[in-house]
Amino acid sequence: MANHDSNLNYINEFKGIKSWLFSLDHKRIGILYMISVMFFFLLGGIAALGIRLELFSVGPTLMTADTYNQFMTYHGAIMVFMVIVPGIPAILGNFFLPLHIGAKDVAFPRLNLLSWYMLMLGAAMAIATLFIHRLDTGWTFYTPYSIKTSGSTALMVVAVFIMGMSSVLTGLNFIATVHKLRCEGMTMYRIPLFVWALYSTAILQVLATPVLAITLLLLAMERILGVGIFDPALGGDPVLFQHFFWFYSHPAVYIMILPAMGVVSELITTFSRKTIFGYTAIAYSSLGIAAVSFFVWGHHMYVSGQSETAGIVFSFLTMLVGVPTAIKMFNWVSTLYRGSISFQSPMLFALGFLFLFMIGGVTGIMLATLAIDVHFHDTYFVVAHFHYVMVGGTLMALMGGFYYWIPKMFGKMYNEGLARLTFVLIFIGFNVTFFPQFILGAMGMPRRYFDYIPAYESLNRISTVGSWLIGAGFLISLYVIIDCLVRGKKAPENPWGSKTLEWTVASPPPHHNFHHDPVVSAGPYEYR
Amino acid sequence: MMWMNLARAQSLMPAEGTQIATQVNNLYVFLLVASLIASAIIIGGMIFFVWKYRRKTANDKTPYMSHNTTLEFLWSFIPLVIFLGVFAWGWYIYHNMRAMPKDALEIHIVGKQWAWETQYKSGVKASNLIVAPINTDVKLIMTSTDVIHSFFVPSFRIKQDVVPGRYTALWFRANKLGEYHIFCTEFCGTQHSGMIGTLRVVSQQEYEAWLEEESKVGLLPLAQRGEKIFQVKACASCHSTADAAVKVGPPLFKAFGKTHEMANGEKVAMDENYIRESIMSPNAKVVKGFPQNVMPAFQGQLSETELSALVEYIKGLQ
Amino acid sequence: MSTVNSHEHHYAHHFKNADHEFVTSKQGIWLFMVTEILMFGGLFVAFFIYHAMYPEMFAEGAKQLDWRMGFTNTLVLIFSSFTMALGIHYIQKGDARKATWNLSATILCGAIFMVIKYFEYTHKFHLGFFPGKYLDVARVGAEHANLGLYFGFYYCMTGLHGIHVLTGMSLIVWVLFRHLRGDFNPHYYTPVEGVGIFWHIVDLVWIFLFPLLYLVG
Repeated sequence: MANHDSNLNYINEFKGIKSWLFSLDHKRIGILYMISVMFFFLLGGIAALGIRLELFSVGPTLMTADTYNQFMTYHGAIMVFMVIVPGIPAILGNFFLPLHIGAKDVAFPRLNLLSWYMLMLGAAMAIATLFIHRLDTGWTFYTPYSIKTSGSTALMVVAVFIMGMSSVLTGLNFIATVHKLRCEGMTMYRIPLFVWALYSTAILQVLATPVLAITLLLLAMERILGVGIFDPALGGDPVLFQHFFWFYSHPAVYIMILPAMGVVSELITTFSRKTIFGYTAIAYSSLGIAAVSFFVWGHHMYVSGQSETAGIVFSFLTMLVGVPTAIKMFNWVSTLYRGSISFQSPMLFALGFLFLFMIGGVTGIMLATLAIDVHFHDTYFVVAHFHYVMVGGTLMALMGGFYYWIPKMFGKMYNEGLARLTFVLIFIGFNVTFFPQFILGAMGMPRRYFDYIPAYESLNRISTVGSWLIGAGFLISLYVIIDCLVRGKKAPENPWGSKTLEWTVASPPPHHNFHHDPVVSAGPYEYR
Repeated sequence: MMWMNLARAQSLMPAEGTQIATQVNNLYVFLLVASLIASAIIIGGMIFFVWKYRRKTANDKTPYMSHNTTLEFLWSFIPLVIFLGVFAWGWYIYHNMRAMPKDALEIHIVGKQWAWETQYKSGVKASNLIVAPINTDVKLIMTSTDVIHSFFVPSFRIKQDVVPGRYTALWFRANKLGEYHIFCTEFCGTQHSGMIGTLRVVSQQEYEAWLEEESKVGLLPLAQRGEKIFQVKACASCHSTADAAVKVGPPLFKAFGKTHEMANGEKVAMDENYIRESIMSPNAKVVKGFPQNVMPAFQGQLSETELSALVEYIKGLQ
Repeated sequence: MSTVNSHEHHYAHHFKNADHEFVTSKQGIWLFMVTEILMFGGLFVAFFIYHAMYPEMFAEGAKQLDWRMGFTNTLVLIFSSFTMALGIHYIQKGDARKATWNLSATILCGAIFMVIKYFEYTHKFHLGFFPGKYLDVARVGAEHANLGLYFGFYYCMTGLHGIHVLTGMSLIVWVLFRHLRGDFNPHYYTPVEGVGIFWHIVDLVWIFLFPLLYLVG
């Protein structure tokens, strides 16, 4: 057997760049994902700041309409396909899923590495389009505009196809891992809620992404061979593309948010030092959301010309998604009741998540309501809503999760004061940026607008100023992480007093995770 | 229901121009108030708990509470009932939006990159302008010649995608005189944000007078017809015609026949062909000191007669 | 630690035993097959929608296809599924020679399928039946102006399936190579089983494609 030198861990046991690029260790692959996603986030963030700058005042401010449309497209495509979809599952999920369930690795380590390489290949192709023919279709690639535009649609959609494959492989890897690799005594009702969330996400990844794949292939064929399936000039139906696209992309919204809900469940129970309230309800509500999410895609299409009956059915089903979401909110707040709550930076992000997700949730109900959506559809109200869910929800949880698990991942503590400052900046900046956009949407400002009528100017200015605060917050976060890696004090095994399995091993964990196969005899949140 | 009116004043939606808009606003205000109450309960509860149960000592003990079936049933069931109520209310109004009235005044709308073309039954055409009589059912029959657009009048709370290769329809019954914005809400290319039209609600007499006058446009002298087109296409917002004041674009007053310096230093005499080129592809020769890529290209949007009319009008600005 | 002998496969360190690895791998492969079926499923849904929209145009398109060639291909693929199953069976039994023959026969069937497909495609190109906008209605004398849409579907569906056949053939070549190297034995044959499942699914897709494109019309 390998020797149990306590100074050896997954970081220092092997050396050299090759030992990282060809590593099959789920922890190292998680770190690879972390570095690449941070880079993509920087790209997408620059595009976002550019968009806000252009909208600072009426008329062309610093770019042409075409450049703006490209900024808007790359911001969306990068943030969705390269940051938020892989974000929590591929970084935190890869690193902690096996540790959470007492496994030594994911079920298929080679496949795991392959999916990172596929993400890189897809990302490289997507970035390559910047230098060939920049795309201006928006991340949704709606036909027939995407067929007619001069941008390199075919290359971009093939890139997204490959990134989708990467996501599928991660998903099926996680499903097999959860099914087959749980340690002794780790029943399905003893796995942490983060694992339940990842599991529900993985089901969505495996079942929804193939439909996106075929849609994008058909779109690429449309560009290359002119097959006519989505082109009205050849007898095709452009609206069918929207049905296909949203059949994936609505579940994809939950691919993006479910893992965040999982992280928040972990954070709230740990920093309240109290068992989670309603474990079963939270676990099943994740599955419930995943199941219903396949039947609500039409709520993106109330005004597309689909029949009134279709609109009614989709609106009804969408309302049903609200219920498991509400259940989660109530359970999290109840967990706080009579807890022992500490305000460490991960908890601040979790509480920030609850606040922002509440706003994202209630505006979601408004958008699900047929008559209201007719007015709000494709306006800034929608933009504000999905940023409250995707950024206010997913990104806040990702940041909270980072601060929570950094001591375990790198074995070092970060500067708590600065970490709290990043929370304040991001939280305030976020609300300053996106709350005015609800009002702009209610006033009628359409999305993807390079320019707007003068009545919308003052709110747009406020929004732009807010984006600078968010930018500053993330820059400081980057500094916090670098500072932690360079100067951080050594982290103990379990700095927060958590009860899940990853905190029973050294920080950073050894190469094989557990020196002795763990045996579990109770649930994950035994704070007694 | 004073709070309702107060809330409505704060809802910041544009002025209501139809009965349906008022119905939508009522539902929206209800949702706003309900959301505020729900947030007050959940976020208020969160803040209260977080403060009351903040960590006091390093070894605080917490009670072990795993679940409470009654409570969990209640907070699943009550939201469900509320959501379904909201759903039914939304459905009711949506049904009114979608039920097309019989015997409505029908207007054809064609969306194209990047303008709304209006055509009345009498043959009158307009660009980015709809004139409609008050208190009359109006039905818009819409299609597109290129990509998907979406027809949106914020004040009427109505919106409908305009899809190439098929017709979609919308209806409204305006109950307030005035001018309302028409936006395109489906991304349609470079000038998507410039695809703004005006919906003018007028009295029945004014409507008839307008139709009458417009139908005579074809009989007007060329220069006067050009002046009309110049107004309809909103050229005057960037080009001054009565004096040499500089706006976004170069002034056209007394510009014809003179020589102008271009951005690349070239000197060009302003003749009929230069005007034509500047309308069809404005970025080919831009006058020195003016920005590139601001003026939309009108290639394919003007007939030959309309072009000649514009040229005659600009010639006459002396 | 298990004792190592020449017949026993080294299972990866995160599994309890070889059997644990086998069932996990098999589950992974089945999950991947689910994604394959869903991907083709999307294509089938699109096909059904347009078929319902333009039934006569689709009938005209189907008439242009030679059902005899499609039928021959169907038989070839069904037979190849049979040889694939036999190949796995003989590896489980430890009969290396028969397994080699059966795996080779499967590859050969795949090749025959692709050759017939090649003749079908070149014949269509020769007659001018290109997909979508490249189909010259006047040249082929089509009754329906949007006949290109049918051939758009034809080439997308059979093309995507053809790529899967080629992938499957390469995978069988790989498995055969490892088999000849002596990697497999009655206790360890996971890759053969996995490739076999993939091959059956590819065949299954064709069994749906053939009647839809050639017969239903």
